[in-house]
Amino acid sequence: MVQTAKKTVQITIKRQDPEIDGNKPYFQDYNVEVEDWFTVLDVLIKIREEIDGTLSLRCACRASICGSCAMRVNGQAKLVCKTKLSSVEKDNKILVEPVGNMPVITDLTADFKPFWDKFNAVDPYLRPGSEAPEAEYIAPNEDMVHLVGVMNCIMCGCCVSDCTVLEVKDNFLGPAALAKSYRFIADPRDNTENERLEKLLDDGGIWDCTRCMQCVEVCPKDVDPMSRIMAMRSNSLNKNMNKSYGARHANAFTSLIKSSGVLNETLLILKTKGFFNIIELIKLLPLAISAQLAGKRPPFLSHSIKNKDKLKKIFKKLENK
Amino acid sequence: MYEHDVLIVGAGLAGLRAALESIDAGKNTAMISKVHPVRSHSGAAQGGINAALTDRGDDWKDHALSTIKGSDYLADQHAVEIMCQEAGENLIELENMGVIFSRNEEGKLGTRRFGGQTVARTFFVGAITGSAMLHVLYEQTVKKQAKVYEEWFVTKLIIEDGECRGVIAMDMHTGKLEIIKAKSVILATGGAGRIFEPSTNALICTGDGLALAYNAGASLMDMEMIQYHPTGLAGNGILLSEGARGEGAYLLNSEGERFMEDYAPEYLELASRDVVSRSEQTEIDAGRGVDGCVLLDCRHLGREKIEERLGYLQEVATEFRGIDLAEQPIPVKPTMHYIMGGIKTDESGRTNIPGLYAAGECANVSVHGGNRLGANSLLDTIVFGRRSARAAIEYVSTVKTLSKNKTELNNETKRIESLVNRTNGERSATLRNEMGVSMTEGIGVYRDADSISMAKNKIVDLIKRYPNTAIDNKGKVFNTDLIFNLELGYMLDVALTMCIGAEERKESRGAHFRTDMTERDDKNWLKHTNVKKKNGEPIFYTSDVTITNWKPEIRKY
Ligand SMILES: Cc1cc2nc3c(=O)[nH]c(=O)nc-3n(C[C@H](O)[C@H](O)[C@H](O)COP(=O)(O)OP(=O)(O)OC[C@H]3O[C@@H](n4cnc5c(N)ncnc54)[C@H](O)[C@@H]3O)c2cc1C
Ligand code: SF4
Ligand code: SF4
Ligand code: FES
Repeated sequence: MVQTAKKTVQITIKRQDPEIDGNKPYFQDYNVEVEDWFTVLDVLIKIREEIDGTLSLRCACRASICGSCAMRVNGQAKLVCKTKLSSVEKDNKILVEPVGNMPVITDLTADFKPFWDKFNAVDPYLRPGSEAPEAEYIAPNEDMVHLVGVMNCIMCGCCVSDCTVLEVKDNFLGPAALAKSYRFIADPRDNTENERLEKLLDDGGIWDCTRCMQCVEVCPKDVDPMSRIMAMRSNSLNKNMNKSYGARHANAFTSLIKSSGVLNETLLILKTKGFFNIIELIKLLPLAISAQLAGKRPPFLSHSIKNKDKLKKIFKKLENK
Repeated sequence: MYEHDVLIVGAGLAGLRAALESIDAGKNTAMISKVHPVRSHSGAAQGGINAALTDRGDDWKDHALSTIKGSDYLADQHAVEIMCQEAGENLIELENMGVIFSRNEEGKLGTRRFGGQTVARTFFVGAITGSAMLHVLYEQTVKKQAKVYEEWFVTKLIIEDGECRGVIAMDMHTGKLEIIKAKSVILATGGAGRIFEPSTNALICTGDGLALAYNAGASLMDMEMIQYHPTGLAGNGILLSEGARGEGAYLLNSEGERFMEDYAPEYLELASRDVVSRSEQTEIDAGRGVDGCVLLDCRHLGREKIEERLGYLQEVATEFRGIDLAEQPIPVKPTMHYIMGGIKTDESGRTNIPGLYAAGECANVSVHGGNRLGANSLLDTIVFGRRSARAAIEYVSTVKTLSKNKTELNNETKRIESLVNRTNGERSATLRNEMGVSMTEGIGVYRDADSISMAKNKIVDLIKRYPNTAIDNKGKVFNTDLIFNLELGYMLDVALTMCIGAEERKESRGAHFRTDMTERDDKNWLKHTNVKKKNGEPIFYTSDVTITNWKPEIRKY
């Protein structure tokens, strides 16, 4: 059943250890013999078990359900247990790094504290209004099926790792926590929709998202956090919660980027991937503001990821100026 | 200083449910878990949770009968009665907490049918039931600001004057061992699938709690009862849920026949798991398999149903095998899945050590006996998680003083240090692989005296070699190399008790099918097997099965 076509692949791993050399990151190469059905996790486990037990990483289910194994593979966040090696290796080489936007404990093991702090900040539990009914709450199946889409979230942190706003703005709640919030807002049994939405209008809430689509692209469970955020924006506007928070916020963000150094530093960090998104981000700001001022909704419809090429061109143009 | 009334080891479904109960009772409660609670293996449960909702005319007695028949009459019937009676109330409570169970046309909870039962009484959330429940229970503990020792690894139970008084555990972030004192300890550490290779279980299912309890003097019961799931993915054993067959999927052999017609004409694909797994193995052994597998066929269900109700299965099939379930059948085979055996407890989770409780997969109440029905394990975690907390809460009020122990922590620190400092030994993974392969071979779907003794000899040999293993990682921070090595030690202890149980039970019952003794022997073996450690050696004894209303009958599906 399982074919055994073996070959050797070079895995480069970004490592660091607080007990060695002041936690300074370095890159280590491993040449590993792999089978063609290997996932990236299979390779990492093979390294740890057969070659170098000092490599530290989290993994549990091997089946994209526990959310332990988010890492960056060739610069993009992925669940390594769900990523076939053959789908990511180029010329028999891959690069594995810890997730982004979180501190690193050691090697590929990241510190999820900021992630869970934000999760906790959205009151992540059902708040039904009245006393519990005698039996179950009556709810339409469509609503429940719709919520399964969000409950699919396994809190892996891939989206948070690659969110472009989080790279420059620490207090953004981020895609995972916001999707979690949506899960309660869209639940017919929860009675605190307005309260939840109001809270999300604040700095760090739904108006911080620049619709860069990174979270949509990297989410291994099709949770689509961006659309959930857009749905909440739309929801808040429908409820006339548009006290120009969005605009105020967009302004704050513009000045953040303009303020000395931040942008440059960011640009340096972002290198290629995030770069386009920053451009896209700036491009969107005036739109958001004018829409707000005109009392209209900002453009909710998502642009396609295919626009990346177009963005590249815009960026080239800017560069050549 | 770490001190609690109720300390729960494990934050899967059983642990979280116990914690909520204890917090609600106002007790100083904490959970300790080697992974973040939502990473616990409970999240992998796909299919659903059973409950007979009596207000819709379902009868808990019918659920009890199915469970007892499924157990091949080895379950303790008073415990089954409790589980089936309390199921409805527990299920509704979960719904009220926020679990987004699937609904019927009236907006009430909807059901699907699971194996070994005649009635559809399995409640579910798509194909992510366990995950959806786990996340909601975790949310509730966040709401109640529960204390969690997150990514702490328990290495030892503290036993003083024969009573359990806390644990010693390592904070994986610092590598430091600490003593956590408690008036009562509930073990909710889950299963031990990694003893076998392959297994549907997560890499963290290493039987830690079983070994901790066993080494502290608790009895492990019916350890030979290993469930092989009929639909593990060929290769690495990732599970394709029974939900597929619940929705109507077929099992086919290489001739394209629905072979279950020959083995279980009435229940077909939805006979008990042990029955289906054996039928598959027989087909495969008779040369009617496809590369050592049979085929699970979902095509006739249609794409829409597959995507709405079996979404996760479709994800696994496409991601891991490149197979679209709506277009193609997928190869599956019997794969180690669940341990019916576990730490012997009464119906309130009490072990034979005062102050020590157990619930969930690591416990054996016993409600599953020789074979667990699909969707009964989630129910077990919830019902007995809650009950064990209730019993612990009661017990706590009788405990006056906390542990005064000073030496244990020192001894344990020295033990671990010497392990870390060992050089030039065998790698843990070498031993683990040898164990996994021999256990699957020796204590498999079919077993006999020879295969069992082969596995046992192997485990005895590995236990001798274990003290000479060495690890690469000498560091303190998140040393997963060290954790693996400790887990290996636990698994070897537990594996030995499985071999002893299999060797001693001289009949075939439930998942324990001996080709050298193919009949069930109620006269001599309507009994539980128990293994307990005394003076460093395992001793074996049997205990009675509680029969209330249902006399053992021939089991036919
Ligand atoms: C793939 C799969 C699918 C399944 N599907 C179903 C289904 O559809 N329906 C059903 O009823 N059952 C199903 N089961 C069985 C069921 O999921 C499990 O039996 C059940 O979830 C076990 O829950 P638990 O709370 O006992 O343990 P777990 O959820 O495994 O939790 C164990 C906890 O203990 C902690 N722990 C363990 N050792 C230590 C240590 N040394 N120190 C600190 N903490 C420790 C872990 O961190 C974890 O938090 C399935 C099982 C598998 C493998
Ligand atoms: S779409 Fe919004 S939330 Fe998602 S990654 Fe981009 S900025 Fe972050
Ligand atoms: S939304 Fe997706 S990427 Fe983000 S945490 Fe949830 S599952 Fe992971
Ligand atoms: S190991 Fe569980 S999600 Fe990858």
